[in-house]
Amino acid sequence: MKRAFPILAIVTAALLSYGLYQALVAAPTDRMQGDVYRIIYYHVPSAWVAFLLFFLNFVASIQYLVRPKPVADRLANWVAIAIGVVLCVVPFVYRPLPGGMEPSALATTGLAITGIYFLIKKLFSELTVDALAVVTAEVGVVYCTIVLVTGPLWARPVWGIWWTWDMRLTSTLVLWLIYVSYLLLRKFSTGSQTPLLAAALAVFGALDVPLVYFSIWFFRTQHPQPVIGGGGSIDPRMLHVMLINLLAFLCFAGLVCWSRYRLEILQREVEETQALEALLDRRPR
Amino acid sequence: MTFLYAAYAAVWIIHLVYVVNLVRRYTRLRKEIEEIGK
Amino acid sequence: MTGLSNITLATLAKDLRLEWRSKDAINSMLFFSLLVVVIFSFVFNPTAEESRRIAGGLVWVAFLFAAVVALNQTWARELRNQVLDAYRISPAPANALFLAKALGNFIFVSVLELLMTPLFIVFYSLRAVGPAYQLPIVAVLGTWALVVNGTFFAAVSVRTRAREIMLPLLLFPISIPALTGMVEATSAILTGEYSARVWIALLVAYEVVFTIACLFLFETVLHAE
Repeated sequence: MKRAFPILAIVTAALLSYGLYQALVAAPTDRMQGDVYRIIYYHVPSAWVAFLLFFLNFVASIQYLVRPKPVADRLANWVAIAIGVVLCVVPFVYRPLPGGMEPSALATTGLAITGIYFLIKKLFSELTVDALAVVTAEVGVVYCTIVLVTGPLWARPVWGIWWTWDMRLTSTLVLWLIYVSYLLLRKFSTGSQTPLLAAALAVFGALDVPLVYFSIWFFRTQHPQPVIGGGGSIDPRMLHVMLINLLAFLCFAGLVCWSRYRLEILQREVEETQALEALLDRRPR
Repeated sequence: MTFLYAAYAAVWIIHLVYVVNLVRRYTRLRKEIEEIGK
Repeated sequence: MTGLSNITLATLAKDLRLEWRSKDAINSMLFFSLLVVVIFSFVFNPTAEESRRIAGGLVWVAFLFAAVVALNQTWARELRNQVLDAYRISPAPANALFLAKALGNFIFVSVLELLMTPLFIVFYSLRAVGPAYQLPIVAVLGTWALVVNGTFFAAVSVRTRAREIMLPLLLFPISIPALTGMVEATSAILTGEYSARVWIALLVAYEVVFTIACLFLFETVLHAE
């Protein structure tokens, strides 16, 4: 296990370098936007990584809340299974899907959700799952910040405006705000029940997300705003570069999370030791 | 075009800042562990 | 079920009675709300036509700040006399306490709104072009949306170091969809340019979701030390 870290680090460095080369040099220049569009090779993968991390935080928070209570725990298990089943079956039965979604994409998402839920349950105990929550929230905020910084830097040269109440930018901003408040709560909370309060906040945040999406969507239908981010099909060569950078950043996020996790576990051990020493009234010399 | 470089630079700077922050927290923790060890 | 409502009503009555006797919270909040209205009137000085478009946002921002001040006050009072600990060891269900607090806050903030609204109407020469009867509905829904989450987060932030700033930090991001709903619905009614129905539906959905979430999780939060 210890050797895996340096190996992963080397692989990540290789992927990141390759991804950078592909993004800046090998990928074809966009006909309409010129070279500036290459920002998306960092902007979009960062967004996907951030959303994945926030999803992991949500799962970890739910598990922290329900695992101590057997009834709630079993209910949550069933819900996780149900989501997987529904998303595997419904897209193939109810056609055509709204928004042009692919049935296989939904099915994969469903299986991924269920898989991730039980994987986290297996890998993390009731106590360490909270450490996972902190880690994914922090690293998620880092990636989310990157999305919010690169977004306007892309929008300005291409569409002439720094910001717009665009669906994706706005919802990312709200998500960022919710998670920054989560981290602030963690930082300023006293007492031993911080994980519980933070988990409650994470659940509230997750409940808020669909409402945020709907409110932005309806706001835009009432007040038409400039659209950022092209729709339409993507050149397969560009998709290839996007996926490489996605993989590279996933690995990088994995590395960072791993380090942060080790730091967190170590920190908790130190605090426990200090608490024990205070209890036993042994003064460190 | 400067926007492209600015964006890429921003990404790496943000990552760097966070990693440096992690390293600093590690060293501080190691020092604390040494204190306890004594 | 009757047990729940008895306790809720009793706690609510106690809170209201306390407030009526001391009047310290309500006086400071009243003056604060007045100041907010006056300052906004100085800063934003639009024509009657323009004011209908922006009044929705102005009014709800002002109400939001007044609500935060009110929410901070109500839990602070509990802490002063260690009432919170008494609640925790009492056999009363936590939900009853939460409902009582939320309803109390709702009444406070509604009183503030009732007092601030005429001032806004005067300073901005407001007149509803759309269906004015929808305005009280939006007001009630909007206030409850702020108050229900506000009461919950006030209880959460009571256990933090930067207690009073923590409440708005936690409340504002989560309230963004509700705020959008309130402001858009109010603007829709004032300008009469589009229907407020969808926004009202959004507000209702928001409240159902979060009232249930608060009731579910309040017990856990209360017993956190």
